[in-house]
Amino acid sequence: MSDIAPQKTEHHPPIIRIAGLSKSFQSETGSFQALRGIDLDIDKGEFVCLLGASGCGKSTLLRIIAGFETASEGTASVFDRPVEAPGPDRGIVFQDYALFPWLTVHENIAFGPKHAGMSAKEVKRIADKFTEMVGLTEFIHHFPSQLSGGMKQRVAIARVLANDTDILLMDEPFGALDALTRAKLQEELLDIWQQTKLTVIFVTHSVEEAVVLADRIVVMSAGPGRVDCDMTVDLPRPRDVSSEPFNAIRRTVAERLSSNLAPGRRLTAGDAA
Amino acid sequence: MANEVNTTTPSETVASGGTPPAQPAFGRAVARRLRKIGLGLIFPLALIGFWEFMVRWTGTRLIPPPGDVLTMMWDFAFGGIYEDAFSASLPIHLWVSLQRVYGGFLAAALIGIPLGVALGRSPLLRAMLDPTLSLLRPVPVTAWLPLSMIFFGLGPKSAVFLVFLGAFYPILLNTVFGVKSVDERLLEAAAMLGCKGSQLFRSVVLPAATPSIFNGLRLGHGFAWILIVVGEMTGVPEGLGAVIMDGRTLSRTDLVITGMIVIGVTGFLSDRLIVLLNNRLLRWSPQHHV
Ligand SMILES: Nc1ncnc2c1ncn2[C@@H]1O[C@H](COP(=O)(O)OP(=O)(O)O)[C@@H](O)[C@H]1O
Ligand SMILES: [Mg+2]
Repeated sequence: MSDIAPQKTEHHPPIIRIAGLSKSFQSETGSFQALRGIDLDIDKGEFVCLLGASGCGKSTLLRIIAGFETASEGTASVFDRPVEAPGPDRGIVFQDYALFPWLTVHENIAFGPKHAGMSAKEVKRIADKFTEMVGLTEFIHHFPSQLSGGMKQRVAIARVLANDTDILLMDEPFGALDALTRAKLQEELLDIWQQTKLTVIFVTHSVEEAVVLADRIVVMSAGPGRVDCDMTVDLPRPRDVSSEPFNAIRRTVAERLSSNLAPGRRLTAGDAA
Repeated sequence: MANEVNTTTPSETVASGGTPPAQPAFGRAVARRLRKIGLGLIFPLALIGFWEFMVRWTGTRLIPPPGDVLTMMWDFAFGGIYEDAFSASLPIHLWVSLQRVYGGFLAAALIGIPLGVALGRSPLLRAMLDPTLSLLRPVPVTAWLPLSMIFFGLGPKSAVFLVFLGAFYPILLNTVFGVKSVDERLLEAAAMLGCKGSQLFRSVVLPAATPSIFNGLRLGHGFAWILIVVGEMTGVPEGLGAVIMDGRTLSRTDLVITGMIVIGVTGFLSDRLIVLLNNRLLRWSPQHHV
């Protein structure tokens, strides 16, 4: 949308560029517009949270970037090429894990490298490395049905990391976890992100989660889904959820989320407080 | 992190303080097992008791008491009692019946599984074959008996054909179902990991459909044992179905009941084999353990 201020001055093209994107679903009862006029550029290495109430089209937007859905209008490009199909450059972590239940932890993590035709030795090396990165070395021979939710999600994350992905697309990945596990995984995800320099788009409906994680929060509003505002979060990491600046930003974001104001300017976290 | 594990090995170590010696896990497992067997035996033993009682009470000569059947079973298996045409003939009858059951069943699996996979994957093939298959399906397999005797003559081939038909539909339909109902999410996950085409089929569709295929195999196997008896009741000299038919013609009810028991036991054991294979291949899925 034109009312979103341009990105900070760029020296390189964004890794993801969404321009004038709309999406309508057709059904017998007619057509339903889920997204309208989305413009969004995401730079390499950014951690972006898509925040919005349920039903505002966050998953749909993510699925278009992933290549599972096609845009009705406009384009989504990754590395300057329009997205046509899912591919290993975009790793997806689903809320319901989507692990292969007949494969062990290690085999799940090895899935991508194995299907890329690497040698068995190389596959094992990679799978070992990422199994260790998510702290599951003890559980390599377990099947997903023998793991807790938090461990399953670790496997899901390791599985896309092992596939040497550039972009991590996460759709409410921690939504089904208890608060403690969730906090732990958030911390681990930030560690991994800092180690790997991945670009992350993280969908959530939790304001706190967005403020804990993001460099940048894109608030979406519904009916039909569009970008309501786009804020930068300048807090240093690790972030202290009880600190005053953290709460100031949380308040601003929460207000923004609950208000139905006209789409606004790009805010910086600082001017809110 | 270890505290996040849901299920691993049950921690069977019981702290034994001043309490009576803690029973080792192994002993308890055996006790549980025995209890289960004991509970399972109550009803059949009562049934045999009731059978004995009813035979004596009514004084019927049409149904032999349990003891006579036991004698018959012994003679059928090992001979040395009646020394007639049926003495010690169990091995041969059992052997031919087993061959026919497994022959028909394997043929049904060899055709049913690939065809089911193809139907599940290809809408075109479904459009072509579904109407025919759906029309033929409600026809009871036993209704095929006359035609099958025309096609294959009086004899074992006809019996094998019936077994094949009976096992074929459950295997086919469950395979189609399994292949069609693969979780879309898993296909998406595989696609985003770079797995496509025939790889997708081998690495995702087939394993995901295995529980359903096994369901079909088990059902089909059950039908195979039902139909072998029907198939062997006409014009076959050997086989457990033929034994039952001979028993009927000769008014040897002890022979009939003996045949029934042998079929029941063999079918059960044979089913356990499939279950064993099932549990081994589907280790990953606790809800598919039988
Ligand atoms: N495949 C689909 N067919 C029809 N409508 C859909 C489909 N997927 C999503 N929608 C609709 O689009 C809207 C946005 O959905 P979604 O992207 O899942 O929202 P969110 O993830 O923000 O909760 C919802 O109203 C949903 O019902
Ligand atoms: Mg969603």
